[in-house]
Amino acid sequence: MIPLGHYLVVSAVLFSIGVAGVFLRRNLITILLSIEIMLNAVNLSFVAFGRSLGTVDGQIITFFVMTVAAAEAAVGLAIVIGLFRHRESLSPDAFTSLKW
Amino acid sequence: MSDTILFYLLAGVAIGASALVIGQRNPMYSIMLLITSFGALAGLYIQLDAPFVAMAQIIVYAGAIMVLFLFVVMLLNAPQEDAAGWDRAHPMRRTGVGRFGALLAVLLVVQLTWALGRVAGLDAPVAGRGDAAVVGSVRELGRVLFTDYVFAFEATSILILAAMVGAVLLARREGDR
Amino acid sequence: MHAAGAVAFGAARRSGGPLNAVGGWWFVVGWDDMDLRTLVQLGIIGFTFFMLINASAILVLAERKIMGFMQQRYGPYLVGPHGVLQPLADILKLLFKEELRPKDADKWLFTLAPMISVTAAFAAFATVPWGAETTFFGLLETPVKLGVSDINVGVLVVFAITSMGVYGIVLAGWSSNSKYSLLGGLRSSAQMISYELAYATALASVVMLAGSLSLRDVVDAQAGYWWGFIPRWYLFLQPVGFIIYVIAGVAETNRAPFDFPEAEQELVAGYNTEYSSVRFALFPQAEYINMATMSAVATDLYLGGWHGPFLPAEYGWIWFLAKVGLILFTYIWVRWTVPRYRYDQLMQFGWKWLFPAAVLNLIVTAALVLYFNV
Repeated sequence: MIPLGHYLVVSAVLFSIGVAGVFLRRNLITILLSIEIMLNAVNLSFVAFGRSLGTVDGQIITFFVMTVAAAEAAVGLAIVIGLFRHRESLSPDAFTSLKW
Repeated sequence: MSDTILFYLLAGVAIGASALVIGQRNPMYSIMLLITSFGALAGLYIQLDAPFVAMAQIIVYAGAIMVLFLFVVMLLNAPQEDAAGWDRAHPMRRTGVGRFGALLAVLLVVQLTWALGRVAGLDAPVAGRGDAAVVGSVRELGRVLFTDYVFAFEATSILILAAMVGAVLLARREGDR
Repeated sequence: MHAAGAVAFGAARRSGGPLNAVGGWWFVVGWDDMDLRTLVQLGIIGFTFFMLINASAILVLAERKIMGFMQQRYGPYLVGPHGVLQPLADILKLLFKEELRPKDADKWLFTLAPMISVTAAFAAFATVPWGAETTFFGLLETPVKLGVSDINVGVLVVFAITSMGVYGIVLAGWSSNSKYSLLGGLRSSAQMISYELAYATALASVVMLAGSLSLRDVVDAQAGYWWGFIPRWYLFLQPVGFIIYVIAGVAETNRAPFDFPEAEQELVAGYNTEYSSVRFALFPQAEYINMATMSAVATDLYLGGWHGPFLPAEYGWIWFLAKVGLILFTYIWVRWTVPRYRYDQLMQFGWKWLFPAAVLNLIVTAALVLYFNV
C-alpha cells in the first residue's frame, strides 16, 4: 500500500519542475509545455486526495482541469502563432514593446 | 510489493521525463518527452483506482493537446533557442531576471517541502477509505458529474466553444475571408 | 485442487524455493490453480501477439490475391503452393535491403516513428476480447477469459492507443526532412484526428446501448435472439452507426478510398518516402494490424463478437474469426473497387457529413434508450 504522502511528493516535484521551466526557459513553446506540467501535477494531487477520501470528486475536478487545460493550450498556441507571424521569433525577449 | 515497485518506476519516469523536458533545446524532443511523462502519469492514475481519468489523460492530453503542440512546432518551423540565448551557465549566474526566476523556483521547493513536512496523516495508505470498485466505476463518475457538478459541466462546454472560436480567429491570417 | 496442491509440493514450494522440493521437478505435480491460470493467461497473451503478427502476414497475401482475383488474374502464384509463401518472400526481401537514413534527418525521431506506429498498433488490441470464457476442457477450475485483458474502460483504451498511432505518422513525416514526407505526414495525421471524432461518437452510441465501457460487456449484451432467429446484434439497432464506424475506421487506418496521403501517384509515398528496409516494413505492418484491430472492435461492438448459432460458447472464437474475416474482406474489396477521395473532399466529408451524422445518431440513440429502455 502506498502512502498518500508519496503521491503528494511526486506532485510537488512535478510542480516545481514546471515552475522552473516557466521561469528559466526563453522559448514560448517550452513555457507553455511547463504550464502543462504544472497542471498535470495538480491533477495528480486531486486524484490522490480524492482517492484517500474515498470519493469520486477528485476525478471530476481533474476532468475540468483537463478540459480547461485543453482550451487554454489551444488559445495559447493560437496566440503564439500570431506572435510568431509578427516577429519571426519565439523568444519572450523579442516582445518588449510594452516594457517601460 | 509489486505495487510499490510499479509506483516508483512510474513516478521515476514521470519526474525524469519532465525534468528532461525543460532541459531540451529542440522543442520536438520536449514534446515527445512530455508525452512519455503523461503516459507514466496515466499509469499512476490507474494505480489510484481512476482508470477513466487515466484514459482521458491519454486521449485528451497525450493524444490531442500534444498533437496540437506538435503541429504548431512543425508548421512554424520554430527556431531553436540559439546558443547565446540558451545560457548554458548555471541559472544562479545569469543576470537580472534569470537569477531572480531561479531564486523563486528554489524558494518554491523549500516552501513545498516545509508544507509537506507539517501535514499530518500523510502516512495513511491512499487506498484506505472507500471502495475501489465504486471509486473506479464510470457509472459513479457519471452520476456525480451530472447531478452535483452539472452546472460546471455546462459552463465548461460553453468555455470550449469560446476557446474553439477564439483559437480559429486568432490564428487566422490578415486578409483571409 | 488448491488443497491437493498445498498438500503435495505446494507446501514445499511456499516454504522454500522451487528447487527445495524433491529433485526440482516441481512442475510435474502440485501446481495449484492460480499458477496454472497465470501460465494460461501468459500463453493467451503470447498467442494473441503471435496471431496479430500472423494476421499482418496473411493480410499482405490476402490483399494481393483478392486484388488479383478482382482484376481477373491470379495474384502471387510462384512462391509456395498458389503463392501462399509470398509474405515470407516479401519480408526477406525487405530485411536484406540497405538501411538508409537521409543525412539531415533527425536521428532519434526517424528511428522512433515506426516504433511508435507499430507499438500503438499492437497495444490497441490489448483490451479487445476474442472469445468467451473457457476452462480449456477442464484444465482450469475457474474459466479464464479469452483476451489479453478486460478492464472496465476497455473501449476507451482502444481509442486512446489508436490515437497515439498518429504520432508515428506525423513524426515520420517531419523527421525525414523532405517536403513530400512532411506534406504526407501532416495530411495523414490531420485526416486521422478528424475522423477520430466520428469514430468516438459512434462508439459512444454503442456504449449507451450496452451500458458499459468494457468490450466484453458490450459483446455479452448482444447474446440471445429476438423472436428466436434474429440475433441481438447492435448492427440491427444502429445501422447508421455501423456504417459511420466502418467509414471512420477505414479513414483512421489510412486505407482507400481515404489513402490520399500515401497514394503513389500523388506524393511519391507520403510519409514513408525516405524509409527503407526494416523501418519501412514496420509501417505497412502497423497499418494491417490497425485494420485487424478496427475489424475486431467492429465485430465486438456491432456484430455480436463471438456469439453465433450451432457452436457452444467455448468455440465462439471461430465465429469471431469468421466475422473479422468478413469485415477485412470488405476493407480489401472497397480498396480495389472505389476511386480515392481528393484530400479536401476527404476532410469535408469527415467534418461536414460524417461527424454531424454521428452526432445525430447519438442523439437519436439517447432518446430511444431513454424512452424505450432498450
